[in-house]
Amino acid sequence: MTAAHLPTSPEGRAAARRKTMGRVLMAAPLVVLLLAFLVYPVGQLLSLSVWGRDGFTLAPYQQLFASPLYFNVMLITLKISFFTTLLSVILGYPIAYLISVAEPQRKARLLFWVLLSFWTSFLVRAFAWIVILGRRGVVNQTLTSMGVIDRPLDLLYNFNSTMIGMVHALIPLAILTMLSVMENIDRSLPRAASTLGARPGTAFWKIYFPLSLPGVAAAAIMVFVTAIGFFIVPALLGGRRETMITQLIIDQVQQTLNWGFAGAISVLLLVVVLLVFVLYDKVLGLSTMTGSGAPRAASAKPQGFGHRVGDVILTVLGDVSDRIIALFPRRKRETGKPPLALSSFVWGLLILMSLPAVLMIPLSFGSGGLNWPPQGFTLQWYQQMAASPVWMQALTRSLIVGIGTGVLAMLIGTPVAFLLVRSEMRGKGLMLAFVLSPIIVPRMIIAVGLFYMFARIGLVGTAFGLVLGHTVVAVPYVVMTMMAVLRNYDTRLDLAAQSLGARPLATLRHVTLPILGAGMMSSFLFAFATSFDELTIALFASGGLNATLPKQFWDEVTLQVSPVIAAVSTCLFVFIAVLIFVADRLRRRSAAS
Amino acid sequence: MSSSSLTVQGLAKRYGEFVALAPTSLDVPAGEFLTLLGPSGSGKTTLLSLIAGLASPDEGAVRIGGADVTYRPPYERDLGMVFQNYALFPHMTIEDNIAFPLKMRKVGTAEAKARAAEALEMVRLPHVAKRFPRELSGGQQQRIALARCLVYRPSIILMDEPLGALDKKLREQMQLEIKRIHRELATTIIYVTHDQEEAMTMSDRICLMNAGQIEQLGAPGDLYFRPRTVFVADFLGESNLLPARVTAATGDTLDITLAGDAGTAQAIASGAVLAAGAQVTVMVRPQNVVVRSAVEGSGKLKGKLADVMVTGSLTKLYLDALAPGLPQLVAAYPTRSLSDEHRIGDLLELDWQAADAVAIADAKGH
Repeated sequence: MTAAHLPTSPEGRAAARRKTMGRVLMAAPLVVLLLAFLVYPVGQLLSLSVWGRDGFTLAPYQQLFASPLYFNVMLITLKISFFTTLLSVILGYPIAYLISVAEPQRKARLLFWVLLSFWTSFLVRAFAWIVILGRRGVVNQTLTSMGVIDRPLDLLYNFNSTMIGMVHALIPLAILTMLSVMENIDRSLPRAASTLGARPGTAFWKIYFPLSLPGVAAAAIMVFVTAIGFFIVPALLGGRRETMITQLIIDQVQQTLNWGFAGAISVLLLVVVLLVFVLYDKVLGLSTMTGSGAPRAASAKPQGFGHRVGDVILTVLGDVSDRIIALFPRRKRETGKPPLALSSFVWGLLILMSLPAVLMIPLSFGSGGLNWPPQGFTLQWYQQMAASPVWMQALTRSLIVGIGTGVLAMLIGTPVAFLLVRSEMRGKGLMLAFVLSPIIVPRMIIAVGLFYMFARIGLVGTAFGLVLGHTVVAVPYVVMTMMAVLRNYDTRLDLAAQSLGARPLATLRHVTLPILGAGMMSSFLFAFATSFDELTIALFASGGLNATLPKQFWDEVTLQVSPVIAAVSTCLFVFIAVLIFVADRLRRRSAAS
Repeated sequence: MSSSSLTVQGLAKRYGEFVALAPTSLDVPAGEFLTLLGPSGSGKTTLLSLIAGLASPDEGAVRIGGADVTYRPPYERDLGMVFQNYALFPHMTIEDNIAFPLKMRKVGTAEAKARAAEALEMVRLPHVAKRFPRELSGGQQQRIALARCLVYRPSIILMDEPLGALDKKLREQMQLEIKRIHRELATTIIYVTHDQEEAMTMSDRICLMNAGQIEQLGAPGDLYFRPRTVFVADFLGESNLLPARVTAATGDTLDITLAGDAGTAQAIASGAVLAAGAQVTVMVRPQNVVVRSAVEGSGKLKGKLADVMVTGSLTKLYLDALAPGLPQLVAAYPTRSLSDEHRIGDLLELDWQAADAVAIADAKGH
């Protein structure tokens, strides 16, 4: 036996070292960014809750638990989040279902409205509800003119208006999450069930529904975690009794500058969110979140008690639905098409989802302010908007920050996506969890932590600081998008190029990047849109003439409700619609090639 | 086991402008193994879906055992279907998958279990009952799909390219398995495939489809040796297709002149009645062509040897015809030894028996 038989020759060891170095270099920028602008500031904020000016203290926690106020706010937050989740998932399910079974053309049309809603700013949508539910808004004016009521109803600033706004804000997220799982359900399974003798109701409840459950669970946790950190809707549409936990943090930071107490509330919020995740993982397994991997429940002990109970419930549900369906006369030529009742229900919901933002368009051209119905025609609100240096600077600032965020997030996110999909390294799951952590940690905690940090190093109010902050929250989406794109990419093409004599960089330039171009473009747009609509970080880290568009919008809308905002809303709405249209074109072109 | 006849009458399906299936009629007696064969897009899967009730026809009728089921949903037709990708329910064990159709028929749990075990026995996989579909290989999943279909004794079984995803060896094994089960249960089977060899080996009759209609329906031997159209001759196996003109006709026996005045010969008319002057295509199967050195001068055609291929059991000779207007010719004979007496470039003579030449009327405009 000679040295030649040893697995590692000097050249081999050098190659292995180069490989390791390459991996470190690919992951380093993102890891450093997250350590510096996520882990450090959040950690510091949390430590502020126990480490005051005079050393270790539990005073903030004593304050937190001394009065029932904070406990009640947490309860209200949980209650609002719970009902938001419940309604979003239940109402979103039929929409996602219909989209997943629709023919391609119809699917694109349905999906457009969901995406439009999804990407339309939370602020624009919440503002629209203020106008619609106001004393002289659409609902009150319509009911009065029909003679149903003689005095306008108080529809705003209560639990119901908060719920309307919350569900409206988060239902697109629920739909898109469920859709990603439903799209992967083999369409021949329900058909197979029907040839085996299952009636439609039974085929749905016994076959389709159990297979779609991971999507429902993923949607529920996404909506719940987003809802629990929400402040826009409760602040704009809720009354005093609908104050949510994040609003308390804002008050502590903006009004009393009580960092210790803000940190203590943040700890409470974070603990609740983590508990929810632990519970979710116990019951369903976190792997269902990304839609990959089978639900754990199915592989572990299928014959357990819970399984049998579930089976009986589904059998009964199937039976009942079949009996109900049997009451209606059967239509002859419509095999395979969804029932009319479902279609109309879904279209009704989609219209309700899009209508609020669309209603801003006529109002923004009316001369009578924001009262319904719009009167006259004027461009004065648009002229006021264009003439205002505040709005124009906010627009410029948002575009700069958005583009900066898009480019930075794409540049540092794509290599990590490559690493996670392509290489066989240890600790992949840990790396993925770390990269996705900015989604899990409530945005408000990141924002306050960054504010505290930026204030000390002079980054408050700078575009650079905003780009860094926005990249932290946008980069998980870039990584997820690129991972999905890379999974569908045939790596044999790279090998083919290399066998034809292309060096790694040339392969990347001539083969890999041109093919992945559309995917990178869409992840850029994702990051751009995230930044363009980001309010939480901008709320603290920008202001005055340095404000971003959402921050300016927020300042105006909390000050007074003016028709100029309707004009701004219309512009944002049209901008997003065009963006979705362009992104869809890009996607189609890449799919066709 | 009950077994039903199937009648399809003037069945048609369009998607917008596209005619997926032109009005089609078909009679399948009980217990027959009928294969729908054709290239992709020929309408075979559409026809199968219409029979299964997974799509509704624009016109026409489907009768199972005499009963009109045209607009009945799939779950009221009492037929079984094996899908191309098996369509096993991923969230159920193998046992639950197989028991599913029995549950739908309100069979008691104990009996369902026993019958599922029986069905597993039949496809020779009794040990996988508690596993999940993803834990089985493609061939095993295929068998389970079959067992799920057999367990409730449907009167007709439809199979949509069930072996398409398997490798050659496994495919041949499963073909035998399906034939065995067909023999044992005597159930009616409608089988879709685009593999002509599979169709030839398995079917009682083949229904060859093209462009949304039936091109020819008959026993495998009929289609192979008496094709009615050039498409059938070309689709099933290799063939020499020679353009020719009829010079005289006596009953089914025709005198013909090959294109380019390459020679005269006799042929049997297939299907249509042909008169003198008709343009035809003459089909001769490669194994019916005799090749010898061109010195004798008694052959029907002359050609230069262009290529020799040994495909294991067969040796194939490819020849360029001397006369213009004829395609490359192919002759085949059993490989007997390593050495071969012919060399590339040799001038050879081709001959065949009159009974092996089939004249097909040239299509008029379709």
